Amino acid sequence: MRRAARLTGIAFAIAIAWTMVARGGTQTPAPQGAPTLPSKPSAPPAEPGVRVEVPPPPFSDGIFPCTTCHNNDMPANRARRTLTDMHTDIVLKHDAEHRWCLDCHDADNRDQLHLASGDPVPFDESYRLCGQCHGEKYRDWRAGVHGRRVGQWNGAKRYLLCVHCHSPHQPRFKPMAPQAAPHPPMRPK
Amino acid sequence: MAHDHTHKADMTRREFASVAAAAAAGFLLTACGPRRLREIPRDRLRKAIADWEREYSERYGKSVTVSDAGPMPGVLFAYALDLSRCNGSRRCVDACVAENNQSRDPEVKWIRVLSMNKDKGIDFSDADPYYSPAEVPEPGRFYVPTACQHCRNAPCTKVCPTGATWTEKDGIVVIDYDWCIGCRCCMAACPYGARHFNWVAPKVPSEQINPAMHYLGNRPRPRGVVEKCTWCIQRTRAGRYPACAEACPTGARKFGNMLDPDSEIRYILENKRVLLLKEELNTMPKFFYFYGT
Repeated sequence: MRRAARLTGIAFAIAIAWTMVARGGTQTPAPQGAPTLPSKPSAPPAEPGVRVEVPPPPFSDGIFPCTTCHNNDMPANRARRTLTDMHTDIVLKHDAEHRWCLDCHDADNRDQLHLASGDPVPFDESYRLCGQCHGEKYRDWRAGVHGRRVGQWNGAKRYLLCVHCHSPHQPRFKPMAPQAAPHPPMRPK
Repeated sequence: MAHDHTHKADMTRREFASVAAAAAAGFLLTACGPRRLREIPRDRLRKAIADWEREYSERYGKSVTVSDAGPMPGVLFAYALDLSRCNGSRRCVDACVAENNQSRDPEVKWIRVLSMNKDKGIDFSDADPYYSPAEVPEPGRFYVPTACQHCRNAPCTKVCPTGATWTEKDGIVVIDYDWCIGCRCCMAACPYGARHFNWVAPKVPSEQINPAMHYLGNRPRPRGVVEKCTWCIQRTRAGRYPACAEACPTGARKFGNMLDPDSEIRYILENKRVLLLKEELNTMPKFFYFYGT
Protein backbone atom coordinates (compact mmCIF):
# COMPACT_ATOMS: atom_id res chain seq x y z
CA MET A 1 0.00 0.00 0.00
CA ARG A 2 2.76 2.37 1.03
CA ARG A 3 4.69 1.34 -2.07
CA ALA A 4 1.70 2.12 -4.28
CA ALA A 5 1.36 5.53 -2.67
CA ARG A 6 5.02 6.25 -3.23
CA LEU A 7 4.79 5.21 -6.89
CA THR A 8 1.76 7.41 -7.39
CA GLY A 9 3.70 10.27 -5.80
CA ILE A 10 6.62 9.79 -8.11
CA ALA A 11 4.36 9.57 -11.14
CA PHE A 12 2.62 12.77 -10.07
CA ALA A 13 5.90 14.61 -9.62
CA ILE A 14 7.09 13.42 -13.01
CA ALA A 15 3.85 14.51 -14.63
CA ILE A 16 4.20 18.01 -13.16
CA ALA A 17 7.81 18.22 -14.29
CA TRP A 18 6.82 17.10 -17.76
CA THR A 19 4.03 19.64 -18.01
CA MET A 20 6.48 22.40 -17.14
CA VAL A 21 8.92 21.17 -19.76
CA ALA A 22 6.20 20.82 -22.37
CA ARG A 23 5.07 24.38 -21.77
CA GLY A 24 8.58 25.40 -22.73
CA GLY A 25 9.38 26.26 -19.12
CA THR A 26 11.69 29.00 -18.04
CA GLN A 27 14.34 26.76 -16.55
CA THR A 28 17.93 27.24 -17.65
CA PRO A 29 19.61 24.16 -19.00
CA ALA A 30 21.24 22.31 -16.16
CA PRO A 31 23.93 19.97 -17.43
CA GLN A 32 23.57 17.80 -14.32
CA GLY A 33 19.81 17.61 -14.64
CA ALA A 34 18.33 14.19 -15.33
CA PRO A 35 15.11 14.64 -17.27
CA THR A 36 12.75 11.75 -17.10
CA LEU A 37 12.45 9.73 -20.23
CA PRO A 38 8.88 9.32 -21.42
CA SER A 39 8.06 5.73 -22.23
CA LYS A 40 5.45 6.52 -24.84
CA PRO A 41 5.18 9.49 -27.16
CA SER A 42 2.68 12.14 -26.11
CA ALA A 43 1.95 10.27 -22.89
CA PRO A 44 3.07 11.24 -19.41
CA PRO A 45 6.65 10.09 -19.03
CA ALA A 46 8.43 6.99 -17.71
CA GLU A 47 6.78 4.08 -16.06
CA PRO A 48 6.27 4.98 -12.41
CA GLY A 49 9.06 3.87 -10.14
CA VAL A 50 11.53 3.38 -12.97
CA ARG A 51 14.36 5.83 -12.57
CA VAL A 52 16.09 6.85 -15.76
CA GLU A 53 19.29 8.84 -15.78
CA VAL A 54 21.23 10.64 -18.42
CA PRO A 55 24.78 12.00 -18.32
CA PRO A 56 25.24 15.71 -19.10
CA PRO A 57 25.45 16.72 -22.78
CA PRO A 58 28.98 16.34 -24.21
CA PHE A 59 29.99 19.98 -24.59
CA SER A 60 33.47 20.85 -25.81
CA ASP A 61 35.65 22.08 -22.95
CA GLY A 62 34.85 25.59 -21.79
CA ILE A 63 32.22 26.20 -24.47
CA PHE A 64 29.16 26.22 -22.20
CA PRO A 65 27.39 28.40 -21.17
CA CYS A 66 27.36 30.03 -24.59
CA THR A 67 26.15 33.31 -23.09
CA THR A 68 29.63 33.87 -21.63
CA CYS A 69 30.49 35.28 -25.06
CA HIS A 70 27.10 35.54 -26.73
CA ASN A 71 25.77 38.21 -24.36
CA ASN A 72 24.27 41.63 -24.93
CA ASP A 73 27.62 42.98 -26.13
CA MET A 74 27.46 40.69 -29.14
CA PRO A 75 24.41 41.26 -31.27
CA ALA A 76 23.20 38.25 -33.22
CA ASN A 77 24.12 38.20 -36.88
CA ARG A 78 21.37 36.12 -38.45
CA ALA A 79 22.86 36.10 -41.94
CA ARG A 80 23.77 32.64 -43.15
CA ARG A 81 27.53 32.57 -43.65
CA THR A 82 30.69 30.57 -43.13
CA LEU A 83 32.12 31.32 -39.70
CA THR A 84 35.69 32.57 -39.80
CA ASP A 85 36.49 33.99 -36.35
CA MET A 86 35.18 31.37 -33.97
CA HIS A 87 33.83 27.80 -34.08
CA THR A 88 35.88 27.15 -37.18
CA ASP A 89 36.48 23.59 -35.98
CA ILE A 90 32.84 22.77 -36.56
CA VAL A 91 32.24 21.33 -40.00
CA LEU A 92 28.57 20.75 -40.69
CA LYS A 93 27.92 17.44 -42.43
CA HIS A 94 24.30 17.15 -41.46
CA ASP A 95 22.21 18.22 -44.41
CA ALA A 96 24.45 21.28 -44.70
CA GLU A 97 22.80 22.42 -47.90
CA HIS A 98 19.59 23.20 -46.13
CA ARG A 99 20.75 24.08 -42.69
CA TRP A 100 23.06 26.21 -40.65
CA CYS A 101 23.77 27.07 -36.99
CA LEU A 102 20.69 29.09 -36.12
CA ASP A 103 18.29 26.46 -37.41
CA CYS A 104 18.96 24.55 -34.21
CA HIS A 105 20.79 27.00 -31.93
CA ASP A 106 18.65 29.80 -30.57
CA ALA A 107 19.81 33.31 -31.44
CA ASP A 108 17.83 34.93 -28.62
CA ASN A 109 18.99 32.61 -25.87
CA ARG A 110 22.26 31.01 -26.81
CA ASP A 111 22.13 28.61 -23.90
CA GLN A 112 19.40 26.63 -25.50
CA LEU A 113 18.24 25.17 -28.76
CA HIS A 114 14.94 25.63 -30.49
CA LEU A 115 12.52 23.44 -32.38
CA ALA A 116 11.26 24.17 -35.87
CA SER A 117 8.25 25.75 -34.20
CA GLY A 118 10.53 28.16 -32.35
CA ASP A 119 9.89 26.57 -28.96
CA PRO A 120 13.06 26.53 -26.88
CA VAL A 121 14.67 23.23 -25.90
CA PRO A 122 17.42 22.91 -23.29
CA PHE A 123 20.59 21.12 -24.35
CA ASP A 124 19.86 18.21 -22.05
CA GLU A 125 16.63 17.53 -23.94
CA SER A 126 18.14 17.86 -27.38
CA TYR A 127 16.50 14.54 -28.37
CA ARG A 128 13.28 16.46 -28.90
CA LEU A 129 15.05 18.52 -31.53
CA CYS A 130 16.54 15.44 -33.23
CA GLY A 131 13.15 13.71 -33.06
CA GLN A 132 11.57 16.32 -35.31
CA CYS A 133 13.22 14.75 -38.35
CA HIS A 134 14.27 11.33 -37.05
CA GLY A 135 10.91 10.35 -35.63
CA GLU A 136 11.37 6.65 -36.21
CA LYS A 137 14.70 6.57 -34.39
CA TYR A 138 13.25 8.76 -31.66
CA ARG A 139 10.45 6.28 -31.09
CA ASP A 140 12.87 3.35 -30.93
CA TRP A 141 15.16 5.28 -28.61
CA ARG A 142 12.32 6.05 -26.23
CA ALA A 143 11.45 2.37 -26.18
CA GLY A 144 15.10 1.64 -25.31
CA VAL A 145 15.76 -0.13 -28.59
CA HIS A 146 17.90 2.45 -30.37
CA GLY A 147 21.07 3.30 -28.48
CA ARG A 148 22.74 1.90 -25.44
CA ARG A 149 21.21 1.60 -22.02
CA VAL A 150 23.10 0.68 -18.90
CA GLY A 151 21.81 -0.48 -15.54
CA GLN A 152 18.90 -2.74 -14.61
CA TRP A 153 16.85 -4.61 -17.19
CA ASN A 154 13.95 -4.44 -14.75
CA GLY A 155 14.58 -1.09 -13.09
CA ALA A 156 16.77 2.00 -13.00
CA LYS A 157 18.76 2.60 -16.16
CA ARG A 158 20.98 5.19 -17.66
CA TYR A 159 20.42 6.28 -21.22
CA LEU A 160 22.44 8.45 -23.52
CA LEU A 161 21.39 11.47 -25.53
CA CYS A 162 21.56 11.22 -29.33
CA VAL A 163 24.58 13.53 -29.23
CA HIS A 164 26.59 11.24 -26.97
CA CYS A 165 27.09 8.85 -29.90
CA HIS A 166 26.33 11.07 -32.91
CA SER A 167 28.04 14.43 -33.15
CA PRO A 168 25.16 16.76 -34.00
CA HIS A 169 27.29 18.45 -36.64
CA GLN A 170 28.56 15.21 -38.21
CA PRO A 171 26.17 12.53 -37.07
CA ARG A 172 27.54 9.54 -38.94
CA PHE A 173 28.82 6.97 -36.45
CA LYS A 174 32.62 6.97 -36.58
CA PRO A 175 34.51 3.82 -37.59
CA MET A 176 36.63 2.35 -34.80
CA ALA A 177 39.49 -0.08 -34.32
CA PRO A 178 38.26 -3.58 -33.47
CA GLN A 179 39.55 -5.48 -30.46
CA ALA A 180 41.98 -8.32 -31.06
CA ALA A 181 40.85 -11.25 -33.18
CA PRO A 182 40.43 -14.60 -31.41
CA HIS A 183 43.18 -17.20 -31.63
CA PRO A 184 42.34 -20.25 -33.70
CA PRO A 185 41.18 -23.15 -31.52
CA MET A 186 43.86 -24.85 -29.49
CA ARG A 187 44.39 -28.58 -29.85
CA PRO A 188 46.00 -30.83 -27.23
CA LYS A 189 49.70 -31.30 -27.82
CA MET B 1 10.87 -79.58 -14.79
CA ALA B 2 9.37 -76.24 -14.14
CA HIS B 3 9.70 -76.81 -10.44
CA ASP B 4 13.41 -77.62 -10.79
CA HIS B 5 14.06 -74.49 -12.78
CA THR B 6 12.40 -72.28 -10.21
CA HIS B 7 14.33 -74.00 -7.49
CA LYS B 8 17.69 -73.29 -9.23
CA ALA B 9 16.86 -69.61 -9.53
CA ASP B 10 16.29 -69.29 -5.79
CA MET B 11 18.86 -67.40 -3.81
CA THR B 12 20.68 -68.69 -0.85
CA ARG B 13 20.45 -66.61 2.28
CA ARG B 14 24.08 -65.57 1.87
CA GLU B 15 23.58 -64.39 -1.72
CA PHE B 16 20.57 -62.36 -0.75
CA ALA B 17 22.42 -60.72 2.09
CA SER B 18 25.29 -59.73 -0.20
CA VAL B 19 23.03 -58.24 -2.85
CA ALA B 20 21.00 -56.39 -0.26
CA ALA B 21 24.14 -54.97 1.35
CA ALA B 22 25.46 -53.81 -2.03
CA ALA B 23 22.14 -52.15 -2.86
CA ALA B 24 22.06 -50.42 0.51
CA ALA B 25 25.61 -49.17 0.08
CA GLY B 26 24.77 -47.93 -3.41
CA PHE B 27 21.72 -46.12 -2.13
CA LEU B 28 23.67 -44.51 0.68
CA LEU B 29 26.43 -43.38 -1.68
CA THR B 30 23.90 -41.85 -4.06
CA ALA B 31 21.89 -40.21 -1.32
CA CYS B 32 24.77 -38.88 0.73
CA GLY B 33 27.48 -38.52 -1.88
CA PRO B 34 27.89 -35.64 -4.29
CA ARG B 35 24.83 -34.49 -6.17
CA ARG B 36 24.07 -32.57 -9.31
CA LEU B 37 23.68 -28.88 -8.57
CA ARG B 38 20.34 -29.17 -10.33
CA GLU B 39 18.80 -31.24 -7.57
CA ILE B 40 21.01 -30.46 -4.61
CA PRO B 41 19.05 -29.53 -1.46
CA ARG B 42 19.22 -25.88 -0.48
CA ASP B 43 21.17 -26.40 2.74
CA ARG B 44 23.79 -28.48 1.00
CA LEU B 45 24.11 -25.88 -1.75
CA ARG B 46 24.73 -23.21 0.90
CA LYS B 47 27.47 -25.33 2.39
CA ALA B 48 29.03 -25.97 -1.01
CA ILE B 49 28.92 -22.24 -1.75
CA ALA B 50 30.61 -21.41 1.54
CA ASP B 51 33.35 -23.90 0.65
CA TRP B 52 33.79 -22.38 -2.81
CA GLU B 53 33.92 -18.86 -1.48
CA ARG B 54 36.64 -19.86 0.96
CA GLU B 55 38.58 -21.78 -1.66
CA TYR B 56 38.41 -19.10 -4.37
CA SER B 57 39.15 -16.26 -1.96
CA GLU B 58 42.29 -18.08 -0.88
CA ARG B 59 43.31 -18.93 -4.42
CA TYR B 60 42.93 -15.40 -5.80
CA GLY B 61 43.73 -13.40 -2.70
CA LYS B 62 40.55 -11.35 -2.83
CA SER B 63 37.10 -11.59 -1.33
CA VAL B 64 35.07 -13.76 -3.70
CA THR B 65 31.30 -14.08 -3.40
CA VAL B 66 29.38 -16.91 -5.05
CA SER B 67 25.72 -16.13 -5.59
CA ASP B 68 23.04 -18.81 -5.45
CA ALA B 69 20.32 -16.56 -6.86
CA GLY B 70 17.59 -18.66 -8.46
CA PRO B 71 15.28 -17.79 -11.34
CA MET B 72 12.86 -14.92 -10.65
CA PRO B 73 9.20 -15.87 -10.93
CA GLY B 74 7.47 -14.61 -14.08
CA VAL B 75 10.73 -14.04 -15.91
CA LEU B 76 11.79 -15.65 -19.18
CA PHE B 77 14.93 -14.05 -20.50
CA ALA B 78 15.50 -13.24 -24.13
CA TYR B 79 18.19 -11.41 -26.04
CA ALA B 80 18.03 -9.41 -29.22
CA LEU B 81 20.85 -8.14 -31.39
CA ASP B 82 20.53 -5.44 -34.00
CA LEU B 83 22.38 -6.61 -37.12
CA SER B 84 22.02 -3.21 -38.73
CA ARG B 85 23.91 -1.59 -35.83
CA CYS B 86 26.67 -4.08 -34.98
CA ASN B 87 29.95 -2.70 -36.31
CA GLY B 88 32.14 -5.65 -35.39
CA SER B 89 34.16 -3.78 -32.78
CA ARG B 90 34.36 -6.88 -30.52
CA ARG B 91 33.90 -4.75 -27.40
CA CYS B 92 31.33 -7.34 -26.27
CA VAL B 93 33.89 -10.15 -26.55
CA ASP B 94 36.37 -8.45 -24.25
CA ALA B 95 33.72 -7.40 -21.75
CA CYS B 96 32.47 -10.99 -21.68
CA VAL B 97 35.94 -12.43 -21.09
CA ALA B 98 36.57 -10.04 -18.19
CA GLU B 99 33.15 -10.50 -16.60
CA ASN B 100 33.01 -14.26 -16.85
CA ASN B 101 36.58 -15.21 -15.89
CA GLN B 102 37.31 -16.88 -19.19
CA SER B 103 40.74 -18.37 -19.66
CA ARG B 104 43.24 -15.86 -21.02
CA ASP B 105 45.78 -18.53 -21.94
CA PRO B 106 44.71 -20.57 -23.78
CA GLU B 107 42.04 -18.20 -24.94
CA VAL B 108 38.39 -19.02 -24.38
CA LYS B 109 35.89 -16.55 -25.81
CA TRP B 110 32.21 -17.27 -25.50
CA ILE B 111 31.23 -14.67 -28.09
CA ARG B 112 32.41 -15.12 -31.65
CA VAL B 113 31.80 -12.25 -34.06
CA LEU B 114 31.46 -13.45 -37.63
CA SER B 115 32.24 -11.09 -40.47
CA MET B 116 30.02 -11.79 -43.44
CA ASN B 117 29.73 -10.59 -47.01
CA LYS B 118 26.79 -8.28 -47.65
CA ASP B 119 26.35 -9.75 -51.11
CA LYS B 120 25.95 -13.27 -49.76
CA GLY B 121 23.90 -12.55 -46.67
CA ILE B 122 24.08 -14.88 -43.69
CA ASP B 123 26.27 -17.69 -44.96
CA PHE B 124 28.21 -19.60 -42.32
CA SER B 125 30.46 -21.26 -44.88
CA ASP B 126 31.70 -17.84 -45.89
CA ALA B 127 31.98 -16.31 -42.42
CA ASP B 128 35.26 -15.04 -41.03
CA PRO B 129 35.71 -14.81 -37.25
CA TYR B 130 39.39 -13.78 -37.53
CA TYR B 131 38.91 -10.46 -39.33
CA SER B 132 41.37 -7.84 -38.20
CA PRO B 133 41.31 -4.61 -40.23
CA ALA B 134 42.49 -1.25 -38.91
CA GLU B 135 38.93 0.01 -38.71
CA VAL B 136 35.48 -1.51 -38.63
CA PRO B 137 32.97 -1.67 -40.21
CA GLU B 138 34.71 -2.69 -43.41
CA PRO B 139 32.96 -1.79 -46.64
CA GLY B 140 30.79 -4.60 -47.97
CA ARG B 141 30.84 -6.57 -44.71
CA PHE B 142 28.38 -7.01 -41.89
CA TYR B 143 28.85 -8.67 -38.55
CA VAL B 144 26.95 -11.44 -36.77
CA PRO B 145 28.03 -11.99 -33.17
CA THR B 146 27.20 -15.50 -32.00
CA ALA B 147 27.18 -17.12 -28.60
CA CYS B 148 24.85 -19.53 -26.82
CA GLN B 149 21.36 -19.06 -28.25
CA HIS B 150 19.66 -20.45 -25.12
CA CYS B 151 17.39 -22.63 -27.22
CA ARG B 152 13.99 -23.63 -25.95
CA ASN B 153 14.55 -26.94 -27.73
CA ALA B 154 18.21 -27.22 -26.86
CA PRO B 155 20.05 -30.14 -28.49
CA CYS B 156 22.96 -29.84 -26.07
CA THR B 157 20.94 -30.61 -22.96
CA LYS B 158 19.37 -33.66 -24.60
CA VAL B 159 22.64 -35.38 -25.42
CA CYS B 160 24.42 -34.86 -22.11
CA PRO B 161 24.95 -38.37 -20.67
CA THR B 162 25.33 -37.17 -17.09
CA GLY B 163 22.62 -34.53 -16.94
CA ALA B 164 25.23 -31.87 -16.30
CA THR B 165 23.54 -29.25 -18.47
CA TRP B 166 19.92 -28.11 -18.41
CA THR B 167 17.59 -25.17 -18.91
CA GLU B 168 16.68 -23.13 -15.85
CA LYS B 169 13.14 -21.82 -15.29
CA ASP B 170 14.12 -18.34 -16.50
CA GLY B 171 15.38 -19.84 -19.75
CA ILE B 172 19.13 -19.82 -19.13
CA VAL B 173 20.92 -22.97 -20.25
CA VAL B 174 23.51 -23.75 -17.58
CA ILE B 175 26.29 -26.25 -16.94
CA ASP B 176 27.21 -28.02 -13.72
CA TYR B 177 31.01 -27.95 -13.92
CA ASP B 178 31.27 -30.68 -11.28
CA TRP B 179 29.13 -33.17 -13.19
CA CYS B 180 30.47 -32.44 -16.66
CA ILE B 181 32.68 -35.39 -17.66
CA GLY B 182 34.11 -33.57 -20.65
CA CYS B 183 32.74 -35.97 -23.29
CA ARG B 184 31.89 -32.96 -25.50
CA CYS B 185 28.71 -34.55 -26.88
CA CYS B 186 27.01 -31.19 -26.26
CA MET B 187 29.61 -29.44 -28.39
CA ALA B 188 28.89 -31.84 -31.21
CA ALA B 189 25.16 -31.32 -30.78
CA CYS B 190 25.24 -27.51 -30.68
CA PRO B 191 24.72 -26.12 -34.18
CA TYR B 192 26.05 -22.69 -33.15
CA GLY B 193 29.53 -23.62 -31.92
CA ALA B 194 28.64 -21.91 -28.70
CA ARG B 195 30.26 -24.35 -26.28
CA HIS B 196 33.94 -24.30 -25.46
CA PHE B 197 36.14 -26.98 -23.95
CA ASN B 198 38.89 -26.48 -21.41
CA TRP B 199 41.68 -28.62 -22.80
CA VAL B 200 43.90 -27.44 -19.96
CA ALA B 201 43.13 -25.69 -16.69
CA PRO B 202 41.97 -22.14 -17.53
CA LYS B 203 44.44 -19.42 -16.59
CA VAL B 204 43.19 -16.08 -15.32
CA PRO B 205 45.55 -13.70 -13.50
CA SER B 206 44.35 -13.11 -9.92
CA GLU B 207 44.12 -9.36 -10.40
CA GLN B 208 41.79 -9.87 -13.35
CA ILE B 209 39.42 -12.28 -11.59
CA ASN B 210 35.88 -10.97 -11.30
CA PRO B 211 35.03 -11.78 -7.66
CA ALA B 212 31.26 -11.51 -8.15
CA MET B 213 30.44 -15.08 -9.13
CA HIS B 214 27.44 -17.34 -9.50
CA TYR B 215 27.53 -21.06 -8.85
CA LEU B 216 26.12 -21.81 -12.31
CA GLY B 217 28.02 -19.07 -14.07
CA ASN B 218 31.44 -17.49 -13.93
CA ARG B 219 33.02 -19.41 -11.07
CA PRO B 220 36.38 -20.88 -12.05
CA ARG B 221 36.17 -23.94 -14.25
CA PRO B 222 38.45 -26.95 -13.85
CA ARG B 223 40.31 -28.62 -16.70
CA GLY B 224 38.25 -30.93 -18.90
CA VAL B 225 34.83 -29.32 -18.70
CA VAL B 226 32.67 -27.47 -21.18
CA GLU B 227 31.65 -23.84 -20.66
CA LYS B 228 29.52 -21.28 -22.49
CA CYS B 229 27.54 -18.06 -22.23
CA THR B 230 25.13 -17.94 -19.29
CA TRP B 231 23.70 -14.50 -20.15
CA CYS B 232 25.84 -13.27 -17.25
CA ILE B 233 23.68 -15.18 -14.79
CA GLN B 234 25.48 -13.47 -11.89
CA ARG B 235 24.35 -10.08 -13.20
CA THR B 236 21.00 -10.75 -14.83
CA ARG B 237 19.58 -12.61 -11.83
CA ALA B 238 20.46 -9.51 -9.83
CA GLY B 239 18.49 -7.38 -12.30
CA ARG B 240 21.42 -6.03 -14.27
CA TYR B 241 22.04 -6.07 -18.00
CA PRO B 242 24.62 -8.58 -19.27
CA ALA B 243 28.16 -7.22 -19.63
CA CYS B 244 28.12 -7.47 -23.43
CA ALA B 245 24.95 -5.37 -23.68
CA GLU B 246 26.52 -2.60 -21.60
CA ALA B 247 29.79 -2.72 -23.51
CA CYS B 248 28.36 -2.48 -27.01
CA PRO B 249 29.39 0.93 -28.41
CA THR B 250 26.52 1.00 -30.90
CA GLY B 251 23.81 -0.16 -28.50
CA ALA B 252 23.04 -3.13 -30.73
CA ARG B 253 22.53 -5.56 -27.83
CA LYS B 254 19.20 -5.72 -26.02
CA PHE B 255 18.22 -7.93 -23.13
CA GLY B 256 15.12 -8.37 -21.04
CA ASN B 257 12.13 -10.35 -19.88
CA MET B 258 10.09 -11.80 -22.72
CA LEU B 259 7.05 -12.13 -20.44
CA ASP B 260 6.97 -8.40 -19.65
CA PRO B 261 4.87 -6.66 -22.34
CA ASP B 262 6.63 -3.33 -21.67
CA SER B 263 10.14 -4.69 -22.07
CA GLU B 264 12.56 -3.67 -24.80
CA ILE B 265 12.58 -7.27 -26.01
CA ARG B 266 8.83 -7.32 -26.53
CA TYR B 267 8.97 -4.02 -28.41
CA ILE B 268 11.51 -5.56 -30.76
CA LEU B 269 9.57 -8.78 -31.25
CA GLU B 270 6.39 -6.86 -31.95
CA ASN B 271 7.77 -4.04 -34.13
CA LYS B 272 10.94 -5.20 -35.85
CA ARG B 273 11.97 -7.69 -38.48
CA VAL B 274 13.34 -10.54 -36.40
CA LEU B 275 15.27 -13.60 -37.51
CA LEU B 276 16.73 -16.69 -35.87
CA LEU B 277 19.99 -18.37 -36.73
CA LYS B 278 19.49 -21.78 -38.34
CA GLU B 279 15.78 -21.59 -37.71
CA GLU B 280 15.26 -24.71 -39.84
CA LEU B 281 16.86 -26.85 -37.13
CA ASN B 282 13.93 -26.16 -34.80
CA THR B 283 16.17 -25.36 -31.87
CA MET B 284 13.92 -22.38 -31.07
CA PRO B 285 16.55 -19.92 -29.80
CA LYS B 286 15.68 -17.18 -27.35
CA PHE B 287 18.42 -15.12 -28.98
CA PHE B 288 16.88 -13.00 -31.71
CA TYR B 289 18.57 -11.01 -34.44
CA PHE B 290 16.73 -8.00 -35.79
CA TYR B 291 17.05 -5.05 -38.11
CA GLY B 292 16.58 -1.82 -36.18
CA THR B 293 16.31 0.38 -39.24
